[in-house]
Amino acid sequence: MSKHILEVSDLSMRFGGLLAVNGVGLRIKERQIVSMIGPNGAGKTTVFNCLTGFYQPSAGKIIFAGEEIQGLPGYKIARKGMVRTFQHVRLFKEMSVLENLLVAQHQHLNNSLLAGLFKTRSYRKAEQAALEHAVYWLKKVRLLDDANREAGTLAYGQQRRLEIARCMVTRPSLLMLDEPAAGLNPSETDQLKQLIRDLRNEHGLSVLLIEHDMQLVMDISDHIVVINQGTPLASGTPEQVRHNPAVIKAYLGED
Amino acid sequence: MRLYFKSAIFSAIIVLVLSAILLGVRLTQVGTALTLVGAEADVLWKIFAATALIFVYNLWRDPIERFLGYIPTPSLSVGLRNLSQTQVVQRLLWCFLIATALIFPFLGSRSQIDLATLVLIYVMLGLGLNIVVGLAGLLDLGYVGFYAVGAYTYAMLAMYFGVGFWTGLIAAGVMAAFFGFILGFPVLRLRGDYLAIVTLGFGEIIRIMLNNLTALTGGPRGIGNIPKPTLFNLEFSRRASEGSQSFHEYFGIAFNSNHRVIFLYLLALVLVLITVFVINRLIRMPIGRAWEAMREDEIACRALGMNPTQIKLSAFTIGATFAGFAGSFFAARQGFISPESFTFIESAIILAIVVLGGMGSQIGVILAAIVMTVLPEMAREFNEYRMLLFGLMMVLMMIWRPQGLLPMKRPHLELPQ
Repeated sequence: MSKHILEVSDLSMRFGGLLAVNGVGLRIKERQIVSMIGPNGAGKTTVFNCLTGFYQPSAGKIIFAGEEIQGLPGYKIARKGMVRTFQHVRLFKEMSVLENLLVAQHQHLNNSLLAGLFKTRSYRKAEQAALEHAVYWLKKVRLLDDANREAGTLAYGQQRRLEIARCMVTRPSLLMLDEPAAGLNPSETDQLKQLIRDLRNEHGLSVLLIEHDMQLVMDISDHIVVINQGTPLASGTPEQVRHNPAVIKAYLGED
Repeated sequence: MRLYFKSAIFSAIIVLVLSAILLGVRLTQVGTALTLVGAEADVLWKIFAATALIFVYNLWRDPIERFLGYIPTPSLSVGLRNLSQTQVVQRLLWCFLIATALIFPFLGSRSQIDLATLVLIYVMLGLGLNIVVGLAGLLDLGYVGFYAVGAYTYAMLAMYFGVGFWTGLIAAGVMAAFFGFILGFPVLRLRGDYLAIVTLGFGEIIRIMLNNLTALTGGPRGIGNIPKPTLFNLEFSRRASEGSQSFHEYFGIAFNSNHRVIFLYLLALVLVLITVFVINRLIRMPIGRAWEAMREDEIACRALGMNPTQIKLSAFTIGATFAGFAGSFFAARQGFISPESFTFIESAIILAIVVLGGMGSQIGVILAAIVMTVLPEMAREFNEYRMLLFGLMMVLMMIWRPQGLLPMKRPHLELPQ
């Protein structure tokens, strides 16, 4: 049995009088694709924000790669290898596609001021390595031809892919995607599905996914967690979830 | 065709009232008393003509503007934009600028060189603030505080410990950086307007502190007799002080007080060129990219593992360092400093240079510094209306080119296809 990369227990998030997330638990094994589903407003994105340090969870424990990370600032969590995308694309729109990927490698570059001012060898080597790493991922998401374009001028589907590539150049071990298929057409969704599988199979990545496209979720998930009104409703394999009466009720209402 | 009677009459009245007050009457001293004297006939005629012109223009605004539309608009703006885009031309422009700046002191008059030195100080300040405001997108209204820290660091070191200019220059940079760091640390989690207000406060606090620490800084009396810069220990005075030599003795030439002015100018030029070079490298380095990314989307930056405080703080500190250098040079040039020189209006002027020049653009900042320093100097005859002209220029700029003279296109790293 493989290790758990992420273990979340009893996660709660309270905004004043509103309990947005209540006792959610989650376990992701290495090389597993886990989806989080639920009706709109169920608190899925809030869970994401708690995990990635954008919110400080009110209660609960988050263990990532054997370390407790709840309460750490977002950038520290990201450096540990848990990187996310956003529901609305958040690219650096006025920078070129290539530069978006270089900025993301900030931690891996030689950031010494003097080294940069005098272009020392180690500095140039690090820059070159970053460039090659960026090119590798541009090829992977089929954006190499658009490398010098401004990111804001890309088509929506391309922007989505670039956002994933930008996460990948930081060399994460857990990728968290917030509605990656929103706004994509069916063929783009298919490509996305292939890409996520690739990331898992070739790069040994674990993926946590929020998605409304049930086709996609059922196809690629190893495990599904259902959340309704901030509380965990059900979890299991796609097959189990699909036939769970509570889930059907939450989605379709009482009959 | 519509006639704008109401607005035409309204604008004409405004022109008439304003110009009648500003130009039509004058206070003159007769004996010991002040009397109000009306202007000469030709001034009154001019006022009348201006009023009529405004009235006619507003009345037939549509056809006049249509007619003006036929006249080709000044192609300067288009030309400038193309200029800044092509690399070769930009390099040529830089060479031309530097060559002009190098030849200038040997042709210009003493007062012109002096003014040019002042321009260079503002260029340095503009370039430094440009890092903070233009590149990192942090609105800093208290930039003059770091300028003051630099100036006072050198002045006080010279007064109490007899430190020379070159050591003082470094010390001033370090001290200003230190102040930038400790002031930046608590405030950089603030955003936009809040940051602007707090930095404004810091600028004032530093000035008021200098004003009130009388025992240390001399308070409002300031610090005088600040030693001038030396060239490898050669002084630019008629008689060298104990233990050192003067420039004209060493080279065996006649003493000429212009030497010092030219030397100060060239020194400022070297400092500016170093500043330009350093900033040019910075914007191409990872930290420069990080600044731009932070300006565009802080949340995305955090999600990618970048520490926002650290990145903003680096911009704030580096910007302050350049203000410190400029400050120590200013102190050395003036020979006398007091808190008077570091009021809020200085911050505003430096900020105006950055905005006028086009946020983030270096050549733009240099041009704007020249305009902002030389123009008030040339408009000296207008005395009290200088600020009015200043305001007019800003308004026109914002209408004509709200993006600044030469808006920045940061050099993007290109992937060879």
